[in-house]
Amino acid sequence: MRAGLRRFARNRMALAGAFVIFCVVLLTVTAPFLFPQGAFSLAGQPLQPPSLRFPLGTDALGRDVAAGVAEGARTSLLIGISAALSAVLFGAAVGGVAGYYRGPIDLLLMRMTEFFQTIPAFLLAMLLVVILSPSLLSVIIAIAAVSWPGIARLVRGEFVALGGREFILASAGLGASGPRIIFRHLLPNCLSSIIAVGSLLVATAILLETGLAFLGLGDPNIMSWGLQISAGRVSLRSAWWVCTFPGIAILLTVLSINLIGDGLNEALNPRLRER
Amino acid sequence: MSGIVLDIQDLTIGLPAGADRSSAVQAMNLTLRAGEVTCLIGESGSGKSLAARAVLGLLPGPRVSVTSGRVLFEGQDLVSLSPREMAKIRGARIGMIFQEPMTALNPLHRIGRQIEEVFRIHTTLGATERRARVVKLLADVHLPDPEKIARSFPHQLSGGQRQRAMIAMALALDPKLLIADEPTTALDVTTQAQILHLIHELQREHGTAVLFITHDFGVVADIADHVAVLQKGVLVESGTRDAVLNTPQHPYTKTLLAAVPRLVVPDRPPATPGLVVLESVDVRKSYAAKGFFSRGRSTQALDGVSVQLHRGETLGLVGESGSGKSTLARAMTRLLPIDSGDVILMGEGITHLSTKAMRPYRRQVQMVFQDPYASLDPRQRVVDIISEGPIIHGTPPAEAHARARRLLGLVGLDPSAADRFPHEFSGGQRQRIGIARALAVEPDVLVADEPVSALDVSVQAQVLELLADIKAKLGISMLFVTHDLRVALQICDRIAVMRHGAIVELGPTAEIFAAPRHPYTRALFDAVPGAAWSQGAEILTPAE
Repeated sequence: MRAGLRRFARNRMALAGAFVIFCVVLLTVTAPFLFPQGAFSLAGQPLQPPSLRFPLGTDALGRDVAAGVAEGARTSLLIGISAALSAVLFGAAVGGVAGYYRGPIDLLLMRMTEFFQTIPAFLLAMLLVVILSPSLLSVIIAIAAVSWPGIARLVRGEFVALGGREFILASAGLGASGPRIIFRHLLPNCLSSIIAVGSLLVATAILLETGLAFLGLGDPNIMSWGLQISAGRVSLRSAWWVCTFPGIAILLTVLSINLIGDGLNEALNPRLRER
Repeated sequence: MSGIVLDIQDLTIGLPAGADRSSAVQAMNLTLRAGEVTCLIGESGSGKSLAARAVLGLLPGPRVSVTSGRVLFEGQDLVSLSPREMAKIRGARIGMIFQEPMTALNPLHRIGRQIEEVFRIHTTLGATERRARVVKLLADVHLPDPEKIARSFPHQLSGGQRQRAMIAMALALDPKLLIADEPTTALDVTTQAQILHLIHELQREHGTAVLFITHDFGVVADIADHVAVLQKGVLVESGTRDAVLNTPQHPYTKTLLAAVPRLVVPDRPPATPGLVVLESVDVRKSYAAKGFFSRGRSTQALDGVSVQLHRGETLGLVGESGSGKSTLARAMTRLLPIDSGDVILMGEGITHLSTKAMRPYRRQVQMVFQDPYASLDPRQRVVDIISEGPIIHGTPPAEAHARARRLLGLVGLDPSAADRFPHEFSGGQRQRIGIARALAVEPDVLVADEPVSALDVSVQAQVLELLADIKAKLGISMLFVTHDLRVALQICDRIAVMRHGAIVELGPTAEIFAAPRHPYTRALFDAVPGAAWSQGAEILTPAE
């Protein structure tokens, strides 16, 4: 793992991504101090272009776009990370059980996974949010629910491949229980792939969240980049700044996370490493 | 026997910085003459394969390259040739055979088409003539029904047949030089003997010079005219076969030769048979190739096998690949479910116990695996690997760790090894760790599944010695699975010869060796490479 991090540090693109994400995190931490009045408060005249007082301008209701971008960063990271984390945990559990026990359980779980994969992800997420009524938690649940199948398939594949290896047999021969083999031997050996793919999930989760918020399916009480773009789209031709800055924020964040994910994948994936 | 075909002069192959030595091959000189077989022998990492690749101009990438020296092929320096010119020589005037016949053939193309390709690239022959030549070539390598073989895909042939097809391809244009890189290592002994015979025969017929790379002195004794011994990239000894095998000069050659297991039964006090500790009764196991839509064929891996292991003895299970010997070993340790029959441990049937009920019995039977690279968890420290068993069986971790460190001493490793990870060790050291892991739970029975087949001869001898030593010290019984009769003779008290999932002959080692009753056992003994030489007789016949 340590050698993997060293390889990651040699990847310049991935480091640049990590730097951008660091800045985004810094922004979310300092947002309450930079914009103490919050993103929803009316700060000045509506639709003001970027100026010294409002560096990113104001929207149709006179809210500060910069404050919105700062608070939206928190929403995006919060939802992105927690949704990806829940998807990884659930997917790893399903894939792990299927890959270790095989047989009928495997068949059942994998058909269920395929069922989720065949439904268009965004439609399913929308449906779930509508059913659960829009809130922070329901958005996280919806995104996690459409993101876990990939992880489940990955973990199952790794478990099946590792299951035939002699060190797993040796452990079974020593009398190790199923959970012991799973948690002591199988999971640690596919952790690097899970980390790499899981980090990419964060990026897709952020995109899903902005998409939902754009359609008005986000938590209405929480500022989000998608919500900002949605609110600014009517005045796109007269006030370009309302949509553009949250859009740039989304672009930079998602791109950076993808770069980090690719970097991690390259650094930790033994199959790519040999090249 | 005069014409020099290949003359390697002061060949040095550089390795990238950070490798364990600066050059893979250091100032190597070697001369190959027409009609002679030169064996390049060395252990893994000695640079023997890279030397062969340098001749072919197939060194891997820009980081490994010839840094100095010349490779003169019929007077032409191959090192200075452009890749284009080299491609004209490769395949036409220098033929190659690789170790793994499955990966060297394209699985999507028929055998005939792949051999034809050689003609298409290097000659202007017409389609009909090409096809006729292919069939003749396949007949020359003694493949049955060459017409049919030409129409087959690689997966439809056996390993030996594929290697024959590879040889046919290599010899298609009657090359002056044939380079064979461990061509028989992946094959069974009986097939290996046939392939060696074939190479020998063809080489005599065509007057080809052969550079034969191997790690097995038995093979050298069978096929070589000249022998060159490579140690860590340095050619330490070369000479005629008889000179090198019978009167080795260099200490490294001597150690290597001494480590080769001989085809003799060492003098051992006969083991007094104790009680039966582990027994299989009429065990059957079949692997069904089952699909959702089709009922595939099933292979009978174990066909009613009954065998008894007595206390304190070493029982050898010998057979070729697919004979069911590994399946039997895993069935007897209950790592593999069986279809019918019984496995009895110390008088108690353990065939149908659940994982949980099986646990107390697990510590009585332990297994040592074949592949030292796959049998240790790469993410665990050595001390955790060894102490896993005792911890599962209720030993407090601190005590288990302390015992693991002591066990490292017993298997001949430094106690400081405990805190390192498996990838920091060599194959032989890893196998020692695997043995320590098995011993940690103090088993009564050790099942060793080809524990030395992945190791170099000198390391192999050490590990075998360790196993024999431990067995004597701790008084455990051992089930020893191997494909190598020489190893079995060395270590086993009794030998069971397996074929097609059944035991064809079972008896005390000395008896099986002196008077094998079953024809298959006899065939196995005959196929041991260098059989005459490894029985201790000096080779008196000069190389023809």
